[in-house]
Amino acid sequence: MNKHETTNKTIPTARSKTKDIVRQSLKKRYNRERRFKWHGQAAIAVALLLLLILFFSISGKGYTAFQQTMMSLDVYLDPEILDPEGSRDPAVLARGDYGGIVKATMRRMFPEVTGRQDKRALYALVSSGASFMLHDKVMENPALVGQRVSVWVPADDEVDMLMKGHVSRDVSEADRRLSDQQLVWIDQLVTEGRIQKQFNTAFFTAGDSRDPELSGIRGALTGSLITLVITLMLSFPVGVATAVYLEEFAPRNRWTDVIEVNINNLAAVPSIVFGLLGLAVFINFLGFPRSAPLVGGLVLTLMTLPTIIIASRAALKSVPPSIREAALGVGASPMQTILFHVLPLAMPGMLTGTIIGMAQALGETAPLLMIGMVAFIVDVPSGIYDPSTALPVQIFLWADSPERAFVERTSAAIMVLLAFLISMNAVSVFLRKRFERRW
Amino acid sequence: MRKTCLKSAVLGVALFSFTVATAAAQTARDYINIVGSSTVYPFATVVVEQFGKTTKFKTPKVESTGSGGGLKLFCAGVGVEHPDITNASRRIKKSELETCHQNGVKEIIEVKIGYDGIAIANSKKAKQLSLSLRDIFLALAKEVPDPKGGEKLVKNPYKAWKEVNVNLPNQKIEVLGPPPTSGTRDAFAELALEGGCKTFSWIKAIKKKDKKAYKKICHTVREDGAYVEAGENDNLIVQKLESNPDALGVFGFSFLDQNLDKVQGSAVNGVMPKFELIANGQYPISRPLYFYVKKAHIGVIPGIEEYLAEFTSEKAWGDEGYLTDRGLIPMPRKERLTFEANVKSQRNLNM
Repeated sequence: MNKHETTNKTIPTARSKTKDIVRQSLKKRYNRERRFKWHGQAAIAVALLLLLILFFSISGKGYTAFQQTMMSLDVYLDPEILDPEGSRDPAVLARGDYGGIVKATMRRMFPEVTGRQDKRALYALVSSGASFMLHDKVMENPALVGQRVSVWVPADDEVDMLMKGHVSRDVSEADRRLSDQQLVWIDQLVTEGRIQKQFNTAFFTAGDSRDPELSGIRGALTGSLITLVITLMLSFPVGVATAVYLEEFAPRNRWTDVIEVNINNLAAVPSIVFGLLGLAVFINFLGFPRSAPLVGGLVLTLMTLPTIIIASRAALKSVPPSIREAALGVGASPMQTILFHVLPLAMPGMLTGTIIGMAQALGETAPLLMIGMVAFIVDVPSGIYDPSTALPVQIFLWADSPERAFVERTSAAIMVLLAFLISMNAVSVFLRKRFERRW
Repeated sequence: MRKTCLKSAVLGVALFSFTVATAAAQTARDYINIVGSSTVYPFATVVVEQFGKTTKFKTPKVESTGSGGGLKLFCAGVGVEHPDITNASRRIKKSELETCHQNGVKEIIEVKIGYDGIAIANSKKAKQLSLSLRDIFLALAKEVPDPKGGEKLVKNPYKAWKEVNVNLPNQKIEVLGPPPTSGTRDAFAELALEGGCKTFSWIKAIKKKDKKAYKKICHTVREDGAYVEAGENDNLIVQKLESNPDALGVFGFSFLDQNLDKVQGSAVNGVMPKFELIANGQYPISRPLYFYVKKAHIGVIPGIEEYLAEFTSEKAWGDEGYLTDRGLIPMPRKERLTFEANVKSQRNLNM
């Protein structure tokens, strides 16, 4: 009894003690919790900040590339130069000296220039692409020969850099790529309205070039597109079929375990290894051509397969067993169950996985290095055997070019690549939101 | 069930062999395949583009694989799946030529295209330096002759340029340069470091006794942070120099030429890295650039002869050609004529 009393007595005191301890530590605990939350918020803030810095530095450097300094020339398509015999034969016109016509136009605009060196400096203001533009114009419409036409041609990249403020006028003449005399000419042309910045269509319609003002991403973009189509066509059916078999039919035994472990391991293999495999198997053994999107697509397929399989299996797993049981219960065969009930429900998840895999493949350069897709290719590829590059490879090549104007083009190409990646991810989010079913 | 299985298997095999067959058919290549040095790449691509635009031939493909990688591909054999031309920022080695011969690439035309200077530059915000090859060696080699005298090597003790040479400013030694995988680095080690190394007569004497040891002394760059490997991208080095006025950078002349408003070249042995001075051979750190042509492919792949003619024309590699606008240092006229004649007569390379 006595003992009991004491315990009775001690319990309240013990209780009040715990309560006190709790009360005393409460503030500390709240603080700790708040700090924990802050850590999370700070982490997100840092990530966002870095992302913003990345975006701003890239678009800050790159946005100017979407404009190109153009020069207006009043060209006289002199028949004496282009077609002295007057035959208007396309073969003769194709061989004409269009460079000479551009030079003559420049001389007419600045008749006071006579010295050989001065003339060279004058001709340097206009891009070497001007003569090819005239060539194309005449080939399209031979009736233009003998007429005066006013055309906008790209200015040289040095002029472009000056107009965009990427080179300073203040440094001494010897340290500039443009001489004082050239600056005077440029200023005169600007006041006459003959030099203007216009939207840079060449950037989207041209292939690679060593002249920044003529270079574009069309070739690289087409190459990426062909490669991705091949990757998608091969990896999606194979990936989905693998996932369906492993998830719905495969017995659980040692073999399927081995396969499963290997698929998971394959997802973690560095991409350059797939490039080496592609070089050994597709190019050296099977004799596929180097630098072809076909080989690129095959290599990227190997790389994306594990991603797609893992995502597809997860999607299949998330379809509740009751759906399968119900289908089987009303007499559907296992194949009907899978094709008409399970697959449609798992499809959004599978597509999401596929798109993420594709986005990964789009940004990949390392395996392409091994199979020769890091190359200077001017012509836009038109088939799976044509030599081609890919968008990230183009960025890599431009970043390494000495010409100053490639700096902004590099950033602009990165912006295009990012836009593609973001839109692909947006599509995958949309698909998930639109078609995902919750139980 | 088994029948459909068999059917689809047959279909799969047929599809696969079809792709292989078409790939094999495709190997009748109608464009020139060029591989090789990343230093020659900016020059070769300009010619390639010009060639593609002004002739009826397709624009050749130029892959940047590095000199060694390019020669390996080039020497792998004769046939459309192998490259026709390889660029190199050094001469082909005897061992490489032997591999070529073993693989059936018996006849090669060697074409030297000009020179490339290697500049040692710093930011315009800093003082322009004048270095000797000896200064460069002492500042950057891993082991240097004991500063206290005597013919023995010690670990490089120098921390500032002033310690290397009293005429130089009291500035920390910090040089940004290419990594060992780069051809520019090889050339820098061979021309600049070895050039300075040779000025010590007792080290030069080692060369006769033990070539390997000599090379190790003269070509090994210090690894204690004074030499920073800044990657293959020369643009990156220029940008880093701009933000760090104390540092020096090592890169190709064309990058100096394009960025004269940001960086300035240092004089080496009293000679500035200027176009004319590299061209006449006074500037000590410059190297020849080459390309090699597989003779067996001439006439098989369309356009090789015309491409060679374009490259060796005065309007391309001449004193005022479009390659010099890109920073290529042309050869003297006499040398150009020799190589042009070699190309015309398709003279075989013998070593």
